[in-house]
Amino acid sequence: MRCVVGIDLGSTTTKAVLLDENGRVVGQGITNSRSNYHVASAVARQEAHTAARFEALRRALHERFAAGGEVPEETVRDVEARLPEAFRLGLYMSQLDELDVEIALAVDASFPVDGRGALREAVEEVLARTRGEAAALFEPGASRRSDFFRDVAAEAYVRGAEDVAARGGPTFERLLALFDRAILEVERRVQVVDFPRLLGEAADRVIARVPAERRDAVARVLPEVARQVGAEEIEEVAFAGTGYGRQTLPFPKEAVRSEILCHGRGANRIFPGTRTVLDIGGQDTKAIQVDEGGVVTSFQMNDRCAAGCGRYLGYIADELNLGLHELGPLALRARKVVRVNSTCTVFAGAELRERLALGERREDILAGLHRAILLRAMALLARSGGVRNEFTFTGGVCKNPAATRELRALVKDTYGEGIHLNIHADSIYMGALGAALFAWDDHRAGRAVVPPALRDGADPPPPRPAADVGGTGA
Amino acid sequence: MNSEIGDPAGAALERATTLTDDLRLDAVRRWKEAHPGSLAIGILPVYAPRPLLEALGCLAVGVQGGGDQLDIIRGDSYFQSYICHIPRSVVELGLDGGLDPLDGMIFPSTCDVIRNLGGMWRLLFPDRYTAYLDLPQNFDPALGGRFYAGELRRIAGEIHGRGALPLDRDALREAIRRENTRRAALAEMDDMRRREPSRVPASEAYRVARAGSVLSAEEHTALIREYLAGARERRVRAYDNVRVVVLGAFCEQPPVGLIRTLEKAGCDLVDDDFQLGFKTVSGPIPLSREEAGDAGGGALDADDPVDALAIAFLKWGAPTATRYIGADEKGRDLVERVRKVKADGVVFAAASFCDPALLDQPMLEKALDEAGIPHTGFKYSENSAQHQTIREQAGAFSDAVKLWGGAP
Amino acid sequence: MSTVGESRAAQAGKAAKDASQGRQKEMIARHYTRLSRAKEEGKKVVYTFVPGNLVEVIDALGMLPVLPEINALQSGMRGRSAAYIAEAERMGHSEDVCTYVKCDIGMMLGGNVGPTGETLPEPDLLLLSYTGCFTFMKWFELLKEAYRCPVVMLHVPYQPTGIITPEAREYVVKQLRDEVVPALEKVAGRRLDMDDLRHRLALSALAEDDLVAVWESARNRPSPIDGYFGGVYYIGPIFTAFRGTEDAVLYYRELRSEVEERVRRGEGPTGPDGPIPEERYRLVVEGPPNWTSFFDFWRMFSREGAVVVSSSYTRVGGLYDDGFRHSPEAPFESLADYCMGCYTNLGLPSRIDMLERAIRNYSADGFLVNSVKSCNSFSAGQLLMMRELERRTGVPGGFVESDLVDPRYFGKANIENRLQSYFQMLDARRNRGYA
Repeated sequence: MRCVVGIDLGSTTTKAVLLDENGRVVGQGITNSRSNYHVASAVARQEAHTAARFEALRRALHERFAAGGEVPEETVRDVEARLPEAFRLGLYMSQLDELDVEIALAVDASFPVDGRGALREAVEEVLARTRGEAAALFEPGASRRSDFFRDVAAEAYVRGAEDVAARGGPTFERLLALFDRAILEVERRVQVVDFPRLLGEAADRVIARVPAERRDAVARVLPEVARQVGAEEIEEVAFAGTGYGRQTLPFPKEAVRSEILCHGRGANRIFPGTRTVLDIGGQDTKAIQVDEGGVVTSFQMNDRCAAGCGRYLGYIADELNLGLHELGPLALRARKVVRVNSTCTVFAGAELRERLALGERREDILAGLHRAILLRAMALLARSGGVRNEFTFTGGVCKNPAATRELRALVKDTYGEGIHLNIHADSIYMGALGAALFAWDDHRAGRAVVPPALRDGADPPPPRPAADVGGTGA
Repeated sequence: MNSEIGDPAGAALERATTLTDDLRLDAVRRWKEAHPGSLAIGILPVYAPRPLLEALGCLAVGVQGGGDQLDIIRGDSYFQSYICHIPRSVVELGLDGGLDPLDGMIFPSTCDVIRNLGGMWRLLFPDRYTAYLDLPQNFDPALGGRFYAGELRRIAGEIHGRGALPLDRDALREAIRRENTRRAALAEMDDMRRREPSRVPASEAYRVARAGSVLSAEEHTALIREYLAGARERRVRAYDNVRVVVLGAFCEQPPVGLIRTLEKAGCDLVDDDFQLGFKTVSGPIPLSREEAGDAGGGALDADDPVDALAIAFLKWGAPTATRYIGADEKGRDLVERVRKVKADGVVFAAASFCDPALLDQPMLEKALDEAGIPHTGFKYSENSAQHQTIREQAGAFSDAVKLWGGAP
Repeated sequence: MSTVGESRAAQAGKAAKDASQGRQKEMIARHYTRLSRAKEEGKKVVYTFVPGNLVEVIDALGMLPVLPEINALQSGMRGRSAAYIAEAERMGHSEDVCTYVKCDIGMMLGGNVGPTGETLPEPDLLLLSYTGCFTFMKWFELLKEAYRCPVVMLHVPYQPTGIITPEAREYVVKQLRDEVVPALEKVAGRRLDMDDLRHRLALSALAEDDLVAVWESARNRPSPIDGYFGGVYYIGPIFTAFRGTEDAVLYYRELRSEVEERVRRGEGPTGPDGPIPEERYRLVVEGPPNWTSFFDFWRMFSREGAVVVSSSYTRVGGLYDDGFRHSPEAPFESLADYCMGCYTNLGLPSRIDMLERAIRNYSADGFLVNSVKSCNSFSAGQLLMMRELERRTGVPGGFVESDLVDPRYFGKANIENRLQSYFQMLDARRNRGYA
């Protein structure tokens, strides 16, 4: 399959979107941004490849099972649900192997020397427990804090380390320090997914779980389809990248597009009626005006002061010892909205504590904090030329229900009833989608930049203009 | 602490509070209904001579920002994060219709932000009267005095052109007389506060003074007197607080909660500059050559009340941060003032990003240090919501002054 | 404003290769040497500000001017400002206030070593030309405390509507005649020779004619000048110690002929790394530049082929585009008009009108604001200016933020990000057929 790829390197996450040669989205992937942007980009691409293959797999399975008719719908759905999870489990286990190696190296380098033995034993136990808990994490419907290896592994490892440390032996801090060191090493490298093998193994695991009377029917189809899909090559023929702090992006200049342009273009693709885009991300907030073709006609970003960006909510969540995703639902339970006038991240904690000390309810304060952030966003929108119909809200904060409710109310108050608000579940991919669309333009215009093949290692080479490799342009 | 039922000053205080919180200018709307055809003219901080407007049959309305209860949306869209807060709320109020009862606005030469806000006003509200009042920084009657008197006559002529009365000497003299009466009432309130701070807490005096933003001098005087009469009736006891002067270039107003925070932290605010516009000219405005003495310097004639306003500004202008000190020693007046009101120390309160206040402060601090007067300082904005750190700081300051007579 | 030619121009490669640049560099070096010897030679020194400076009067009285803003920007370019600012903040100055002031105070505390490494003389008089900037007043109040020397104030009335009234002119002229000149004469120990002043004002006007011709050369495509980054070199002599001198006349004559030669050859301006090969965007810029990363900032433009065809910053020390010239016929009146006409002394409506004319006259594709944290005189209202200019001209506005000399406020990644987004937006709009 020939594809074009767009990458959005954000301050917290890196996203990739794959389009086929008809410009249709075939896969999207996300990973945590890390100190090495090459690796983050490669991992996000790989995630997008994985998603694309699963999409292909799902279609192929549907066709085959529908044609055969011998497997009931319910079983097909079950297989479809289990397969990606089983695949992720396999991937997770192989990443744990890598982590194991790195932790062992860290133990070997630790001091005091005569403490290494005890440390080694403790670590082995923690890792064994981590492996033991893995399968349950990847049951369909199981909830994980995040899909990033770092987060999933950390959660299990910390639990294990706490137990082991509680029984004596190395302290929890020592065990955690090993993990922190090792995970950095793991995250510094690209581990190329052996898709055919992992998918094959996943298929076997899923087949074993199919009720006996239907197992044969599934076993006749699944491995074969998995083999086919797993073997199909995904060839990336064009590439464009965008993201926060773009001058350090590991892409050649010709392949770099402004995030403003990408967000505008992406929003226009998902919601063609879009004229105004608000993007609230971790580090900045953007208000963008686009024309009917998704071309940016004006934009404003928050000024140097990062007050009112997603990061502010992060501080608040930390202060309350909550997950970021818990803030919005809590705020929705407010009985009143406490007036919060400062969205300064520096003072966020102090303001919150003072309000709590004054006896305000947590929910009511949170409602006030959300309102304060959205007021800032409204000011930025006004600066960029106001809100026009249709209005598309993107970025991490758009997943927060309290934020969207507040935005809706403020837009109605300020701009009246006639504004339709668009929010999309995948809005975090808007920038990467825009970049992919620019790559698609380049591909069709014969001036594409080709990304390097994904391969194992710490420092993948940068993409090259197509002219250097010849013949890959359309 | 005095506002509960049975407080003899309660009614006046409640009215003052309503007027202070009157962001939609309801009092001005009522005044205009009662005075059909008359104009209401807004004045930005810090100072413009109100009697001039009253003489033209206008209501002089102090526009002092939106406080801590106003959502700022459009106002924020015009200002970078490193600019103080008052222009945001003034623009918000302007765009939101809150200032609609005003037929014009005067922007005095307070600082670059207020000055440029005047320029913005011309663009945002091209149909409304907008004036820039360039207060002189040259205090020679023949130079700055003549220029300033000319400025006042120009503005009076322009407002007359918008439908106000023409400038009349007798009317202006009367207006000046009323203004002098108001100042006397305010001075009386300050005196009472200095003698017995718990009888007239600063947070109340602030409201009573600020209520004058939306009242004529005469109505304001009546309110002050009513409040004072009530305050005299109060039974109060003295607290063992430290006496402080609160100083700043108070254009942007601190939230009342902040003033109360200082009180709760054990400070008696025996003097302050919160309503600086009423203190920019200290003492009464002269009404004759006899009263002016030789202050007119042969170039200005105090028998002409416009010249008298200029003389008052040149010769009795308080040394605020927005005024050039000329040959004077910086901070000398402050030291005298602290001693006169028998204060134990000085609290500097500067609006965040307020250049006049913040650039002045190190010089004043130095003067206080040399005089052995303790001081502390903090920044605020009109919508500051957290006063906890200020409370701790002011508490530590008052404790230190009480225990050791010095700053911590 | 610039005596930029001095220190980093060489480091910036070919920026200094024009003959006029060499001449400017020599002029500046000579000036600082004169300053360093002022005390031993018995010369009196006057500190004063760039906008509304009375350098012809100072020269005619045989005194030497020092311009603290220039020292501050030089400290910024030489990488010293961060330490100076830190020193001032340690003394109790707020993080919130103007960094030129703090930089100057920090430099003074550190021994007042000027840009050439020679020590600057202390002032015998502070001439406070209070023109368009509130902070000037506080600045000299602070210096007065430090140097314990006399100050003379020239209150220049603001021009809210851009019309100089006879009363305002009279006010300034009378101050000059009755206070400022007598105060200067007292320190100089001699009377002002009006013929000498007239002669100098005539020389000023000659240089001003040539400077305007240089500005107007930007009507060409490609523009032979960059009217912002390059412009700060062009304003160097006339904004500082050299207006009204033969040196300045020669410099501007030479500069003008260099620029005219580039027009004949169809050449663009010289950038920080040599000639800018292709003019891709023509911009009008509002606001002062950043000095701590001056060349980095310039490169963000020059590498994209963005040329600034006109800027407001290059009018802070005098606005000559609309015909004003210093005049020997009416010395004090023309000095008064000069002071009142400086860019930051004009109300926002006048500033917008001026920028609108620049956008139209120089056929700009874009209008960009560099909003500096230090300078409220420039910055308060810029967002409305941008909106108004977009409305009037249809040219899209861009907005970046930095500071004059505080490196903490120059976020390189942030600014580059915005500029590139802006340039790409200009491309996208152009491809869509927008104006």
